[in-house]
Amino acid sequence: MIWDWNFTLQILPVLARAAVVSVEATLLGFVIAATLGLVLAVIRIAVPWTAWTISVLVELIRSTPLLIQIFFIYFVFPKFGLVLDAFTAGVLAIGIHYAAYCSEVYRAGFDNIHRGQWEASIALNLSSWTTFRDIIIPQAIPPIVPALGNYLVALFKETPLLSAIAVLELMQTAKIIGSETFRYTEPITLVGLFFLAMSLVSAALIRTLERLLNRRNAR
Amino acid sequence: MGIRTLVAMLVVSLAVIAVLATQATYRLFLPGLLQGAVLTIEIAVLGSLLAVVMGVFAALARMYGPAPLRWLATVYVEIFRGTSALVQLFWLFFVLPQFGVTLDAFPVAVLALGLNVGAYGSECVRGSILSVARGQWEAGTALNMSRAQMLRRIILPQAFIAMIPPWGNLFIELLKSTALVSLITLSDLAFKAQQMNQNTFKTVPIFTLVLLMYLAMSLVVSIGMRLLERRASLGLARGRAA
Repeated sequence: MIWDWNFTLQILPVLARAAVVSVEATLLGFVIAATLGLVLAVIRIAVPWTAWTISVLVELIRSTPLLIQIFFIYFVFPKFGLVLDAFTAGVLAIGIHYAAYCSEVYRAGFDNIHRGQWEASIALNLSSWTTFRDIIIPQAIPPIVPALGNYLVALFKETPLLSAIAVLELMQTAKIIGSETFRYTEPITLVGLFFLAMSLVSAALIRTLERLLNRRNAR
Repeated sequence: MGIRTLVAMLVVSLAVIAVLATQATYRLFLPGLLQGAVLTIEIAVLGSLLAVVMGVFAALARMYGPAPLRWLATVYVEIFRGTSALVQLFWLFFVLPQFGVTLDAFPVAVLALGLNVGAYGSECVRGSILSVARGQWEAGTALNMSRAQMLRRIILPQAFIAMIPPWGNLFIELLKSTALVSLITLSDLAFKAQQMNQNTFKTVPIFTLVLLMYLAMSLVVSIGMRLLERRASLGLARGRAA
């Protein structure tokens, strides 16, 4: 028999527990990506001479595979005295990788702020910290929320890579079930369906969010 | 980032590889890694070809195909964009044999990556076809062209230019995704790196070289796409001026 429903019901709770790990990795990774990305984008504007260095750094991170970066943090960092467990190393790698993408999104957001806003802040003698916190960021962030949301979904779909350094997330759990029972059909298909469902739901949420933001801006 | 900076980064990364290669600890790993890089390039090139074919076909089917074909293309795009590339790779490698279709790792790799990137590509093909001004269709109608003729001779050549930058990004995504095939036993660059790492524990030289090699390959793709874009839009500018 190709599909065994009893087996499916049996492995479902195990996979559900693993899904929690995947979601945790996604959320933690995205917190790193969103914060570090914002920091990079702000430094780039606030300290002009770093702009070139940061854009080369972003290009370096975006041009190399995430899998190799995960290996790099997990295997190479310990040589320099920084030993991380698999989960932390993986989340850090995913976070830094997507911070590079997010910093470009923030940059687009900042570029869309009218020049006059900066000039008005200078005229009002606001410090650059106050300008960013109270004037620029509150205007720049809302329009780019959907773009950041897309990266959240993309990041979520990268979490199966953590199975390569044996983090017990969905894919690794499915592989273990497969190698123990010699039945790969159900676990791997279920993992695929889980990702599909989550992606479709989040795509719908992002569309709704986009509509809400557009409506608010139009008013 | 300008094309000059990209070329400069490529030169620097190749120079760093060359300098490192003069040291025995690094030179030792170079032949094996280059062997892996060849497989990586093979998979990336074949995967890209499949992705372009699938992307164009799915976009046209979704936009102009009869209902069943349109429906099929939508399902294809949603499934391959909605699930993770690694899951697709594993599904084709481990689950497909249960349905009686057993493929080698190499065709599975090309198929999975090509289909995955093709699904994203179909959206950018669709977007660039929609970005061609409506008047172009109307002019085609006025000249009594058939729909297929208009698409082939008027719309697609113009949409092609808008397609180049997003396809460039997708080719780089695909190149980076080839690292995943190491997890289905293909001995590409990432696989060689891990294998050597397990045998020698010379982690730093191995992974430094691997990162530089992937960087160089990505930069070659970026520069190539920039040149293609420049060439293609040159024709457009000339056409407008005339």
